[in-house]
Amino acid sequence: MADPLGVESDEEECRICEGEYVVLKRGEVYKSVQVEKRKKVIFEKQWIFMDNAVGQLYGSTFEVDSGGILNLRKPKQDEDSTDNKEAGLDNRHIVDDGKSQKLTRDDIESLKEQGLKGQEIIQQLIDNSTTFKDKTEFAQEKYIKKKKKKYESNVTVLKPSCRILAMMYHGREPGKICHLRYDTLAHMLTMGNIHAGSKIIVFETCAGLVLGSVMERMGGHGSVVQMYPGGGPVRAGMESFGFPSHFHETLHEFPLCKVNALLSGTLNLDEKDMDSQSEEGSSEPQSMEVSLDPAEAKKREEREKLREQKAQEKKAKLEEKRKRLAAAAALLEGRNADGLVIASRFSPCSALLCLLKFVAPSRPFVVYCQYREPLIECYTKLREQGGAISLRLTDSWLRHYQVLPNRTHPVLLMSGGGGYLLSGITVASAASGAQQKSSEPAAKRIKLDEITSTADSSA
Amino acid sequence: MAGVSTLAMWLLCLLRSGYSASDEYFIFSWLSVWLELIPKNLMSFVEYSEFIKEGDVVIIFLGHESMMPIKVEAGAQTQTRYGAIRHSSDLIGRRFGSKVTCSKGGWVYVLHPTPELWTVNLPHRTQILYSTDIANITLMLDLKPGSVVCESGTGSGSLSHAILRTIAPSGHLHTVEFHAQRAEKAAQEFRDHKVAHLVTVRNQDVCKEGFGVVGVADAVFLDIPSPWEAIVHAKKAFKRKGGRLCSFSPCIEQVQRTCETLLEQGFGEICTLEVLQRVHDVRSVTMPLVYLGPEDGGPESAKMTTDPAAEEARPVANPGYQSVTCRTATPPREMAGHTGYLTFATKPRG
Repeated sequence: MADPLGVESDEEECRICEGEYVVLKRGEVYKSVQVEKRKKVIFEKQWIFMDNAVGQLYGSTFEVDSGGILNLRKPKQDEDSTDNKEAGLDNRHIVDDGKSQKLTRDDIESLKEQGLKGQEIIQQLIDNSTTFKDKTEFAQEKYIKKKKKKYESNVTVLKPSCRILAMMYHGREPGKICHLRYDTLAHMLTMGNIHAGSKIIVFETCAGLVLGSVMERMGGHGSVVQMYPGGGPVRAGMESFGFPSHFHETLHEFPLCKVNALLSGTLNLDEKDMDSQSEEGSSEPQSMEVSLDPAEAKKREEREKLREQKAQEKKAKLEEKRKRLAAAAALLEGRNADGLVIASRFSPCSALLCLLKFVAPSRPFVVYCQYREPLIECYTKLREQGGAISLRLTDSWLRHYQVLPNRTHPVLLMSGGGGYLLSGITVASAASGAQQKSSEPAAKRIKLDEITSTADSSA
Repeated sequence: MAGVSTLAMWLLCLLRSGYSASDEYFIFSWLSVWLELIPKNLMSFVEYSEFIKEGDVVIIFLGHESMMPIKVEAGAQTQTRYGAIRHSSDLIGRRFGSKVTCSKGGWVYVLHPTPELWTVNLPHRTQILYSTDIANITLMLDLKPGSVVCESGTGSGSLSHAILRTIAPSGHLHTVEFHAQRAEKAAQEFRDHKVAHLVTVRNQDVCKEGFGVVGVADAVFLDIPSPWEAIVHAKKAFKRKGGRLCSFSPCIEQVQRTCETLLEQGFGEICTLEVLQRVHDVRSVTMPLVYLGPEDGGPESAKMTTDPAAEEARPVANPGYQSVTCRTATPPREMAGHTGYLTFATKPRG
């Protein structure tokens, strides 16, 4: 039973271990990395070795030295080093002649090469600035903040979470997640009523971020079916969450190209995978090379063995894949999913109308699109078709504030748009029609015993 | 067996959370854990079920923006503008999401309750938080199954239900409401909604007495007039490894004082934001085309120039031909322009 207060596991949970996924943070910039010893990581134009982070507590801040080695910072090493009380009242006498800084670029470079700490370089810059003491208190603070950003290289190591990863993707690679902003993602999870114990269908092309977010909210209880386009599901973003292994047991995948077959009951699970067949074919010509050298022949024999082994592995993999497909099909077949979440670069309308058939009545669904017009189409089609109520097309604004004594105002730059959402609730469509549909022998071709056995093992 | 281990778990909770004997709500929710164990698989706000049973709370969907929550009781009737709904025949045993025909021949949908539907249907005892803010609070506080959350005030329980949904089945919510009647009403609702085993309601002043627990919280949420007075108590409520805090305030002066106190108390990553949601109205709009006269050299040009009166009359005479229709979505004429500022912070280890 889970410890309701989490006191005992508190300490263990917070230590950084080798192999774990963590998020590096410097200022407002995040990067997700896997902790590996003796491996270089680039973060903010700096080489970093993660070795020293292992065994430290999550949330620790490190200073990066010139060799990329992390040095743990004392927690109480706070900013109040600026006791220079001298400050001007306004800037009427400050002239921009470009000569206020006495240190040249070369001087600063040599300071860096001497291995001076960021803090010390900043103090040098302040000492050598002729105008610093004439600046207002606020301007001095701003100057120091700016220099800190440039010369201090503190890296904090965080435990990944939906919040951190969503902010990271939005900041670093918005194109990969269809410009889905974190407040919009927050809405999707809330409007979709994502919670432990449900069965959720996810179709996303957001690098696996949406999938991971859904899984985090389900906490390893229930099941998620990821509908994927193309050859296989993309899960890099989900991997970055570093979920424990039992979370992965709740995750299933189903190819979108087989959805129509599943709906019409013609899904054939014995069907050999087309791409794997062609792969086998392409490996054939290599073995046709003829050689008479006995050493070469021995090598060939070994190679043959290896190939056989590989073929065996491949077969096992294929069998595993087929089983997983059957398990996912079994989950979908019940047509009783508790929710549907779509966030993709594909036109959402056909996917939505089709995938809604797998959702039970009185369940929420939510569709994200970077653009508004495709969702207008979805709205119109759903209205015509019925089976959904409480349709809402929304978008949201996100505004950050700078809150400082006497300097509180909205942050100057804000995100122009975080995409659009269409949400709604499924209902039983025209009672008789719905009953007819559900009484139809859907996908009877799947061998029942097989499905139940795989479903049991994955449950 | 499940009952015994749950009892043990709760006794453990009692000991750990510095339980005070005067805390009647705690006992209430503790007792309801036992009651909850007997009827398994009932609908609740944290678990979907397929069919409507007696004792369930269902949402009657009458039409756009018109819904009502009702408690299902055998033999009872509910009046709607489409006529009466008889619970025994129209609701009990029916599937959630089905269409129900009322006595006057009109029909409604019966929906499974969710925190979001509850938010737009709950009886207001205070100003409430809506889903836009709730969504961001949930994400930014890192809430997930198993999280232990402290909240004050409970108010009308709009956010509480959303928190409970997210932290179930293994998390816990400690909510503090200084208004005795509101605290009792909230506790009653949690029992009705079958989530009482996940929540402890305390009737006390969070600014003076804190949350009633120490060292247990992953997240703290404050929606009170003077959050800065509660921050020192919030700090104590957190687990040793720290966690996330959020304060909701309508006025910037409140935010200012809160941020100052957060900084003094050693909180990090302080961040204030505001989220507004726009609901777009999808519809077809028709716009008339401007008539720019006959195109140069066109066959009509001769005719037009000879008859200036016809040219004048043309847009009116043939409006069907001279307009374009498109599907569009328009933002509302008026919308909520401000609910409150959300200030987030991280309580570091300590």
